[in-house]
Formats: sequence, structure tokens, C-alpha cells
Amino acid sequence: MIQRSLTLFAGLFVLILVVGWLMGLPFTSSRLVEAAAYSLIALGLNIQWGYGGLFNFGIMGFLMLGGFAVTFISYPINPQFWGSDGPWMLGRALIAFAAGALLVIGARKSERIGIRGKWKGFVTVLAWFVAYCVYRSQIDPAAAYIEANAGFVGGLGAHPVLGWLFGGVLAAGIAFIVGKIALGLRTDYLAIATIGISEIIRALIKNMDWLTRGTLTVSPIPWPTPLPQDYQATGSDMFSSLLLARGGFLLLALLVLGAAMWLISRAYAGPWGRMMRAIRDNHIAAASMGKNVTARQLEIFVFGSVLMGIGGAMLVSFTQIFDPSSYQPINHTFLIWVMIIVGGAGNNWGAVFGAVLIWLVWVVSEPLAKVIFDYVSFWSSNAGWGAIPEIESRSAQMRVFVLGLVITIALRYAPKGLIPEAVRREG
Amino acid sequence: MTEFVFFINQVVISGAVLGCIYALGAVGITLIFGILRFAHFAHSELMTSGAFFAFLLAALFASWGVVTPIPLGFVVLPLAMVLSAIFALGIDKGFYAPLRQRGARPVVLLIASIGVTLMVQGLIRLFFGAGSYSFFETETKDVFRIDTSFLGSTRPLVITEPQLLMIVVTLVSVLALHFFLTRSRLGKAMRAMADNADLAQVSGINTALVVRVTWIVAGALACMAGTMLALDVTLKPDLAFNIIIPIFAAAIVGGLGQAYGAIAGGLLIGFAESLAVFNWTMVLRPLNAVLPEWLQLPATLALVPTEYKLTVAFVILVVVLLVRPTGIFKGASS
Repeated sequence: MIQRSLTLFAGLFVLILVVGWLMGLPFTSSRLVEAAAYSLIALGLNIQWGYGGLFNFGIMGFLMLGGFAVTFISYPINPQFWGSDGPWMLGRALIAFAAGALLVIGARKSERIGIRGKWKGFVTVLAWFVAYCVYRSQIDPAAAYIEANAGFVGGLGAHPVLGWLFGGVLAAGIAFIVGKIALGLRTDYLAIATIGISEIIRALIKNMDWLTRGTLTVSPIPWPTPLPQDYQATGSDMFSSLLLARGGFLLLALLVLGAAMWLISRAYAGPWGRMMRAIRDNHIAAASMGKNVTARQLEIFVFGSVLMGIGGAMLVSFTQIFDPSSYQPINHTFLIWVMIIVGGAGNNWGAVFGAVLIWLVWVVSEPLAKVIFDYVSFWSSNAGWGAIPEIESRSAQMRVFVLGLVITIALRYAPKGLIPEAVRREG
Repeated sequence: MTEFVFFINQVVISGAVLGCIYALGAVGITLIFGILRFAHFAHSELMTSGAFFAFLLAALFASWGVVTPIPLGFVVLPLAMVLSAIFALGIDKGFYAPLRQRGARPVVLLIASIGVTLMVQGLIRLFFGAGSYSFFETETKDVFRIDTSFLGSTRPLVITEPQLLMIVVTLVSVLALHFFLTRSRLGKAMRAMADNADLAQVSGINTALVVRVTWIVAGALACMAGTMLALDVTLKPDLAFNIIIPIFAAAIVGGLGQAYGAIAGGLLIGFAESLAVFNWTMVLRPLNAVLPEWLQLPATLALVPTEYKLTVAFVILVVVLLVRPTGIFKGASS
């Protein structure tokens, strides 16, 4: 088992070297930083699916939350917004929101004053409607005002690592709500519900221009470590400053990854992890042993989402741009699932291995497909059949096909993943 | 009356068109769920590939110089449906059947269906690029403008030829499906298997045949839905991928496993989406004359802004899952 993992990791290391040799160091170094962030996200999913057996298909939503969080925390302050009536109007919208929430909570508890059955349902729906109208009446003018006068809210200008933390906190908060709503549904329903919720999050972040600038995108978002420009300013040449800067970021990302890995590995080995596996394998038996299945599942859903939020924040601060329309279910949900399935659900090393491997496959398949297409095109035009049109855009689509192929093969021939979960049998 | 006709144009017709497409897609999903017990994500790709089959056939017919009174897309639809049914059978044989034989859990099949989604979508994009295509490059899209001045309206009732045909075709196929499920031996066997697979098997029902028929029906209906969606808007590789969650919402709202529920759910979600973004000011504008100055209607008075149209389906989905997870018609299991 150990030998197999070591061989696989050695193979992965060789693959990284080959990619580095073929594609050049600048390409490979930035892919490695991204791979570290994706490893963190994959660990988050591994907690949810591998430890807890929860079917989260809304990863994209949590990545977006993390990205938004780091943008909001670390982007420079927008004085135009703070100097205008914007904060005051937003405050009023917040009060309206709170009032609406109170109204809804009140309606849900209306059986205390004797409203029951159908009437309670009616009162609840009415409360939701009124709350929605009240909130909209405050937020719409505020949004229009901010967009017209200040562009968008801007950031707080704090350190990006704070933004990563806030990404985790925000993801945890939303995951708590999502978990309250959706956990307890059976797997297929949970998958569809989480996709639905992540699409709602995407629609909100994409269209709340006053908060996120929507499709206009926010950039440049500062790095937590010195940028290549900073090294250049001190006299380093271009190549080494790029390498130093990316190396610094990679080191920070690896530190976060290592800390997360250490913590969750300890949790997995401890009583908490045993309880989670018991719930995953047979939640009825676990419940009969006195475990609070719903509460524990909610806990694990929140923990996993925290890692996703932090990973999403890291990705955004590395690319320095927050573009809500770049988030796609394929790139940000299904990709992570392929990582986990191929790597091995339930095994942290498997998750990290899968994340790095699949991320490399994902980024390399485009240039590789282009080379193959060029080759075939050359051959077919020599044979008189004409060249392949639009090779550039076609090879970009090849990634999706390769991803599907990889997951299909993995499910067929290695359903437990390349580094499967090690089932300990004590006593 | 102008306002009323406007309401019909904006809500009734567009809601019905959307609802028909959702309903046809959701029927396939719900049948597969009833028989095979897994959420078939790749249904969107069955729809898209079906639309591309129809597109290729239509292009082929047009190059032969075939001219028909109705859009070619509808003429080639039966052929494309046959192709799609074969395609669906092939996907099952190649990807799902081996996993089923191994006794894989439904969750694994769900993940496999995502793999299929990615592969088919990758292939479609590989061959057709990321651009969009139209069925009406060589023919014209007939638009019927029914004069409603006898009702005192200044606007005509607008419906395009594909939309009209779409509603008719959906009605016919829903009726056909109804008779198939209630009158034919195979249809009854399907319903029996959806109710209780083990019981159906011991009572002598050929379950392998039922599975095949399910894929044929689901594939054909998916092709129909995809083609009609492409005829109404444009054909692009992510045509159905973007609406798969509303379709799932329709299937869940109707109760997974319930064919009639899926149709009802599809229409419900279709109408809900077009009602939610409808601008009520257009209908209530005459009230401005009687309302006092401070209560004039704003320029737009919609329940949700247009950009959140698709979100309506997700919200309905979440609410239904919360309040009544088995759907309106009691679904398979929750």
C-alpha cells in the first residue's frame, strides 16, 4: 500500500518534471500554485464525500464565495463609495433585511398565537413575500445609486491572508444554511439541491454589480507575498524575480495545505473520524448507537466547505482577478469530483495526488491536443483532405472530453481510486 | 385589451413553450429514475446531441433540395429521434450497464453520468466548435400575427410557427406516452418495475427489455425536446446543459418517477419562470390614471429582475425539496 503510493507520487513528480521541461518554468510554476489550491479544495470535498459520504455538487458556489471574500477584504478601499451616501443606504437595506428575517421567523413561529395548519402556511408565504418586497424596496435604489456614483463598494484594503480566512468563514456560514436546508435529503436529491444552490450563488454574485462589479471583473487583487514587480524593483532580473515571487506564493499555499492536511488527518484517525466513517457506512446503525447523525453531517459539511472557501480565495488572489462569469460547473465542480474519484475518496494523500494529477491533465490536454491536431491536419492536408479548421478553439474543448474519459475509465477500472482508503481493522 | 394580449404573448405563450421543453426533458429523467434509480445527468447531452442529429439531417435534406411547408427540423424529427434512441442505448450499453452488472450504487451511476456528460459535450464541441447554429439559415421562420382588434386590442397575438408546432407535437407525444404507459403491455411492465423492481422481476417481466425500452423512450423524447428548443432559440453545444437543473427541478416538483408529475412540473416551472420576470406595469398601466400621484407604478414592476430568470427554477426546487420532498404527485422515495 505504502509502496504503491510512493510509486504513484514518484510518477507524479516525474510528470511534473516532464511538464516543466516541455512547457517551461513560468507555466509550470503557476500551474503548481493552482494545483496546491485545488489540493486544498479536493481535501474539502474529501472530508465531505470521503469521510462523510455527503454528495456536494455545489463546490463552484463555495469557490465563488471564497473568491468574493478575498476580493472584498484585500482590494483597496474605494473612497468614492465611503464618501457618498452609499454606506447609509446599504445600512438601511441591511435593516430592511433584518426586519424581513424577523418577520419570516415570526411567521414560522405563529402557532404560538394560535395560527395553525393551512393558515400558518399562508401566513408564512405572506411573510416571505412582504419581507422580499421590503428588502427589494431598499436594496434596489441603493444598488442603483452605488453603481452610478461609486462603481462598486470596493474592498477593505486588508491583508489577503485575512481574506482567505474570511473566505473560509463566509463559506462556513453559507454551508451551514445550505446544510440546514439540504442535508437529510437522500444522495441524488442532495446533489441536485446543492447544484441548484450553487447556481443561485453564482447568479447573485454575477448580478450584484454594486458588490462585486459583476461581469466587469475586479483586478488587480494584491498578493499576500511580494509580487514579481517588487523583486524587480530591488534589482533582480525578470526570470528570477518571477520564480522568487511564485515560489513565495507556492510556499505559503503549501503551508496552508500542510496545516489543513495535518489537522484533518489527525481528526480522521481519532474518534471523530471513526464516528464519521460509521455514519457514512451505515447511518442507521450509527444513529442507533446514539450518534446525532444530522448534526455530525452538518458539521462535516461546514468543515469541508471552509477548505473550499479558502482554496477558492487562494485561486483568486493568485490570478489577481475576480471574474464571476469565469466560474463554470465543469471547471469548478465536476473537475474537483474527478480529482477525488481518480485519487481515491477517503484518503487524504489520494485526494492531493488526484488534485495535482488531474489539474496537470486538465491544463496539459489543451496544448497536447493542439499538437496532435496540428499533426493530423498536416497529414490530412498532404493526403488531399484539407486541414482541420479552427484548431485553436477545438483543442481548448478537448479538455472537457479528456476529463470525461478519465472519470469513466477510473469508475470502470479503479472504482476506489488510485490510492484507495486504507481501512484499518483494529482488534 | 391590449394589456391582456400582451400578457398572453409574454407569459402564456413563452411559458407554454418553455414548459413543453422542460416537460419532455423531465419525463425522460423521471422514467430513468423510476426504472434505474439514478439521477441521469447526461440527459442534457442526449437533448443537445439529439438537436445536432436533427440539425445534420435537416442540412442533409436541404442539400438534396427538399422543400417542405413546415420547418425541416420538424420533418426530420422522427429520424433524429430514432438516431437518438440508438445513441441512448449505446451509452447505456457502454457506460452504465457494466457498472450496474458490478452492482455499483446509484451514486456511482450518477457520477458516471457526469463523465458521460463531459465526454459527449467535449465531442460535440470538438466537431461543432463553440459557436451557435440556426435551423433557419435557408428557410424563413414564419411568424403568425393574429389580429386581435375585434377584442379592442392594438397589439397582435404573436406566435412563431415552430412554437405552434412545438405545442402541438408535445401534446401528441404526451398523449401517445399516456396510451403507451396505460394500455400497452410494455408500458404496464415499465410502471410495474418503477413501483417495485424485484416484484416485477419475479412476476415474469423481462426487466432487461424494460430497461432498453426506457432508454429508447427517454432518448427519443430528449431528442424532441432538444430539437424544439434549438428551433425556438439557436443551437449551441451548451444548449441543454444550462437548463438541466430546471429540468431536474421539474422532475422533482412532479415527484421523481412519476411521468405525469414530470409533465405538470415542467409546465409549472415554465410558467413560473415567465411569470416571475413579467413586468406587471405593462398590464396595470391603466391604473396610473386613477392612482394618486405618490402611488404611481414604477417603470418596471417584476417579481425578479430578468437576469435571475433561471434562478426562479432553483428557488422552486429548493422550496419543494424543503416543504414536500416527494413532489406534488408522490414520488419514488425520499
